[in-house]
Amino acid sequence: MNGLFESGFMLIVGLTIAGLVIFGLMAAIAIIAVYIERKVSAFMQDRIGPMGQGAGLHAGKWGLLQTVADSLKLLLKEDIIPKAADRKLFILAPYIIFIAAFIAIAALPFNQVLIAVNLNIGVFYILAVSSLGIIGLILAGWASDNKWSLYGGMRSAAQIISYEIPAALSIVSVIMLTGTLSMQGIIQSQAGTILGFIPNWTIFNNPFSFIAFFVFFIAGVAETNRTPFDIPEAESELVAGFHTEYSGMRWAFFFLSEYANMFVVCGVTVTAFLGGWLSPISGVMDSPTWGLFWFMSKIGVLIFIMMWFRWTFPRLRVDQLMNVSWKYLLPIALFNIFGVGLWILLVG
Amino acid sequence: MLLSFGTVFLFVVLGAILITLLLRLSKLVAPSNPTDGKLSTYECGEIAEGSAWVQFNIRFYVIALIFLIFDVEVVLLFPWAVVFKDLGLLAYVEMGIFLIILIVGLMYVWRKGDLDWVKYRVKYGRGRYQNLNTEERESD
Repeated sequence: MNGLFESGFMLIVGLTIAGLVIFGLMAAIAIIAVYIERKVSAFMQDRIGPMGQGAGLHAGKWGLLQTVADSLKLLLKEDIIPKAADRKLFILAPYIIFIAAFIAIAALPFNQVLIAVNLNIGVFYILAVSSLGIIGLILAGWASDNKWSLYGGMRSAAQIISYEIPAALSIVSVIMLTGTLSMQGIIQSQAGTILGFIPNWTIFNNPFSFIAFFVFFIAGVAETNRTPFDIPEAESELVAGFHTEYSGMRWAFFFLSEYANMFVVCGVTVTAFLGGWLSPISGVMDSPTWGLFWFMSKIGVLIFIMMWFRWTFPRLRVDQLMNVSWKYLLPIALFNIFGVGLWILLVG
Repeated sequence: MLLSFGTVFLFVVLGAILITLLLRLSKLVAPSNPTDGKLSTYECGEIAEGSAWVQFNIRFYVIALIFLIFDVEVVLLFPWAVVFKDLGLLAYVEMGIFLIILIVGLMYVWRKGDLDWVKYRVKYGRGRYQNLNTEERESD
């Protein structure tokens, strides 16, 4: 009995450390991604972006410490809860949004061994958990008692539930090929090559999966509320949407979750379509350390594409946004399921 | 499996603790001198006109219903997709029939105009709003 208690205790300690590592990872992702986003957008607009200011207190070479300084500033900011707001729900909202992103990252496989929670329904779990965040968004929008927030919350709810369907249907077409819901299982089933040199990733497996990749990625960008799908927080019309009234650390948690969600969406895309931690050249450089490298660099490429989107496409209108999901992506995703099924039956 | 979900639960608790700790830390080091102006609702610098908790046209309740149907469909598709390779043609035909029924449903709501954000085909009955949508459309 004593031994059982002790091993249980050790397990909890181990998991707490794993949790802290994931939290550190989330913070690191946000800090690095915000810096890169600023630099990328600066270069795309022919600016130089954050730089050190020269003499005195400055943000490091090339402004490398800019986002670190920003996060310190957020910690030191006054926390304002408007008088009119529904206090309890206002406080609860960032908790829900953050925890949803936090436990979604926990199920991502970083390499052959690094996975905090190895569920046998991994991909299903991530889809389910990441949509929990909507509740937080609606709560934040409603509890602020601010018209911009209300509009933002309602819009993002409509948007996220609309884009969840094509995303989930694209994942179904992947599951048909892999025959498992476990994240590690999905990656392992993509090992090997086609015709001897093309990696056997889902995206290259058949034409329908190729289309499914784009459907999923577009729906994923929409689910993270990023441009061109950012009408829930369209600055020029809604100030900041659902988090207009938030400030200081509470706002920082929204921000952190947004970048964590980007990471989760890219992580699922990489796992389901781009071979996860598998090396692009089969059998070469496939140790766990390289696995971590491949996984992170594939995610990095996708995150860069998301930032590229932001400065390439203008924001969609509300009705266009709904049309893209229900009238284009959903029929394509349904068609893909038939296509992949036929492909499996005919080609095998 | 149960242990895995125990882990997830532990992560939920841990996440909540982390947020609370960081908020406490921020409370320790951040200034706090609330004034009436700061605590008022933001409305572009104007004094807020009424509450935001009013009757609100949520527009998408039909979309929410369609979402429910399709989400349940997706839940049903997942276990089917896992065993699809073993079951083969029979499973394909069966799920095909199921999907076609749903696609017909989708075509129906599409034709009825329930997927449109701006509803041109809504009928307001007889009265002063009878031609509301058609007038707007012509002026576009």
